[in-house]
Amino acid sequence: MTPKTKRRLYMVLLGVAALGVATALVLAALKDQIVYFYSPTDLQSKHVAVGRHIRIGGLVEDGSVLKEGAVVNFRITDTTTTVTVTYTGVLPDLFREGQGVVAEGSVDKDNLFHADTILAKHDEKYMPPEVADALKKSGQWKGETRQ
Amino acid sequence: MITEFGHFALVMALAVAVLQASLPMVGAARHNGTLMAFAAPAAVTQALLVILAFAALTHAFVTSDFSVAVVAQNSHSLKPMLYKVAGVWGNHEGSLLLWILILAVFGAAVALVGTNLPPLLKARALAVQAMISVGFILFILLTSNPFHRLDPPPLDGNGLNPLLQDPGLAFHPPMLYLGYVGFSMAFSFAVAGLIEGKVDSAWARWVRPWTLVAWIALTLGITGGSWWAYYTLGWGGWWYWDPTENASFMPWLAGTALLHSASVVEKRGALKSWTVFLAIVTFGFSLLGTFLVRSGVLTSVHSFASDPARGAFILLLLLLMVGGSFILFAVRAPSMQAGGLFAPLSREGSLLFNNVMMATGAATVLLGTLYPLIADALDMGKVSVGPPFFNAVFLPLMTPMIIAMAAGPMLSWKRADLKGLSQRLSGMLAVSVLVALAVWFAQGGSAGPWWAAGGFALAAWLMVGTAWDMIERIRLFRQPLGLSWRRAKGMPRASWGMAAAHFGVGLVILGITGSSAWKLEAIQNQHLNQTVSLGGWDLTLKGVEENHGPNYTASRATFDLTRDGKQIATLSPEKRQFLMPPRPATNAAIRTSLWGDIYVVVGDQAGDDSWVTRLYVNPMVPWMWIGAALMAAGGALSLTDLRHRIGVPKAAPSKGKTP
Repeated sequence: MTPKTKRRLYMVLLGVAALGVATALVLAALKDQIVYFYSPTDLQSKHVAVGRHIRIGGLVEDGSVLKEGAVVNFRITDTTTTVTVTYTGVLPDLFREGQGVVAEGSVDKDNLFHADTILAKHDEKYMPPEVADALKKSGQWKGETRQ
Repeated sequence: MITEFGHFALVMALAVAVLQASLPMVGAARHNGTLMAFAAPAAVTQALLVILAFAALTHAFVTSDFSVAVVAQNSHSLKPMLYKVAGVWGNHEGSLLLWILILAVFGAAVALVGTNLPPLLKARALAVQAMISVGFILFILLTSNPFHRLDPPPLDGNGLNPLLQDPGLAFHPPMLYLGYVGFSMAFSFAVAGLIEGKVDSAWARWVRPWTLVAWIALTLGITGGSWWAYYTLGWGGWWYWDPTENASFMPWLAGTALLHSASVVEKRGALKSWTVFLAIVTFGFSLLGTFLVRSGVLTSVHSFASDPARGAFILLLLLLMVGGSFILFAVRAPSMQAGGLFAPLSREGSLLFNNVMMATGAATVLLGTLYPLIADALDMGKVSVGPPFFNAVFLPLMTPMIIAMAAGPMLSWKRADLKGLSQRLSGMLAVSVLVALAVWFAQGGSAGPWWAAGGFALAAWLMVGTAWDMIERIRLFRQPLGLSWRRAKGMPRASWGMAAAHFGVGLVILGITGSSAWKLEAIQNQHLNQTVSLGGWDLTLKGVEENHGPNYTASRATFDLTRDGKQIATLSPEKRQFLMPPRPATNAAIRTSLWGDIYVVVGDQAGDDSWVTRLYVNPMVPWMWIGAALMAAGGALSLTDLRHRIGVPKAAPSKGKTP
């Protein structure tokens, strides 16, 4: 082997090794670390395992928000199905009844959703695309939300 | 009138850019000096026209001319002057105009500073730069015209998103764009080099300073954005692997790799094709970032307005520019002369290793960012890829890179001898192990996460290695101090810059590790005069009162922060209610010391005399800011070294010493 092909070989081996390690890490992480999104209807029909980390999204049902100190209970709806959510903490500034919201957490065996993160978006014009889709599916989509 | 004038200037800039993109290219192909010489004055004219356009838009914002649609939608007469000016780029149209402004100014800078550039390279690079201009000016004129008028004009504007009403808006977007767009220079030089079929150390000497400017700006821009998010979003975190964060991080990773591989081209003439490839990829990531953020396919605070037409347009630009240059690369790269040989264990070898790891790291970030889109397109369900994925993939990839990063500068070019370094390396290892043990015992063994010790050991390895290398180079303690001092002064500034930047990375790792491992959080319903204790700190709510800002009202809470009964500070977080648009915003109160931050947020009123409050103890967060600042400072120090060499052709013996 000439020194040049030898160097090329090292480079290729290095590249292959790095990509191999990266692929292994990515595959392992994709299996465990990906968070799936469900609409309230999906959540009911698809029997998500208790304790599995997921996201749900929809509208915060009008009149459903109950605050007891730092604990907040509310319901997320896609207008056909409703999920009760409990959350401890300071709600995002844009959390509001009737607005789109995404909650991350897991369901317990009584179908209560324990949220560890509430994502209300940075902009009131914005509707999470997942929520928009869920609303479209249930026929409750009221046209464009963006300007 | 001024607005129409700005619009006209932008159209003129497009015309100039079209000529600048074509004539010098033809001239370079035919070796026609007149046509080639057109490039430089055209670049300057184009920049002046874009500056006029930008000034016209700024004028509309400052005078609150609500007959201009962008101003009406994103400004308000009551807004403080700072945000009227910074608000120019606090929206889609204006931020794109800023993008083009920076692009044009970079082109003009090359035209003005690069008087010594080889004429062929200069003509072609400026022509490529103008092609990018054409694409983006067309984009803004066709889909996002900032000079669009409203008739009749509204009485007042809709106001600016309160989240953006922060001094950070004046700093973060321009810095970030300076970084994004700055990489266009490396791209233009790469394409010009490919067309010419010549990439050599003189080429690398030209590319490096521009890349370095972009890298410094991007480093500061990302850090500034992270800091801004940290104090304004109220959740006590500084990085969430959000798509837009990734969009800025990918070009940073690729740009860092480019910076290092360009130094190999410059010093040794090796890794040429790889460097050209990286230059294309880096700017490709910048464009991809612009696409992801502007198209609205991924949503976040940065997507001002999503419009499928805009997304499609940027995607088309991205495909044309990156696709075209990749095809050019595939055709021309094999014919490029290969450079100097080197053994795997050498400075070049270590740089190549780090390059491969960084590129792989950037690829995994790309995959994680796009995976939700891919999964959605393939009907694999709606997913989100968050911090757990990136932590599990990215951090293991970076660990060997950091290990090699400490040793790389110690290796000699071409072929290195590990034996001569064994004493140093074992010394570094010993210090790292000691640090790991100390951290392990200090956190009470498995009471804290195991990786805290690992992170500290890694940082210690890097910082000790970097410092040790500099000590060896100036022969500190081996000879009289005066001699060492003279050696230190005689060393190239680029070496000091590198050492500072690498040391800064160590500080960033310490900050990330410490703040992730030992963060404390308490959320409660806190009554007046009630005390909450966390990590030895006592926080007492003293009162909440109404407060008025220029365009908002706020509930301002007052807390006493004490430790062991001793008053440390008074903290006053606010919950603000903006008048226009009517929206709330959080203003955290942070007490910073070298050891960490105490971070307090006040939420809604929960009872007659109680509020929901959130208290965080974030250890070592300031170390990240200091470390990142040190990285940027190291870059700036190298830049002052490179200044001698900008435009100095290889053969000119009169100016500057050979590095």
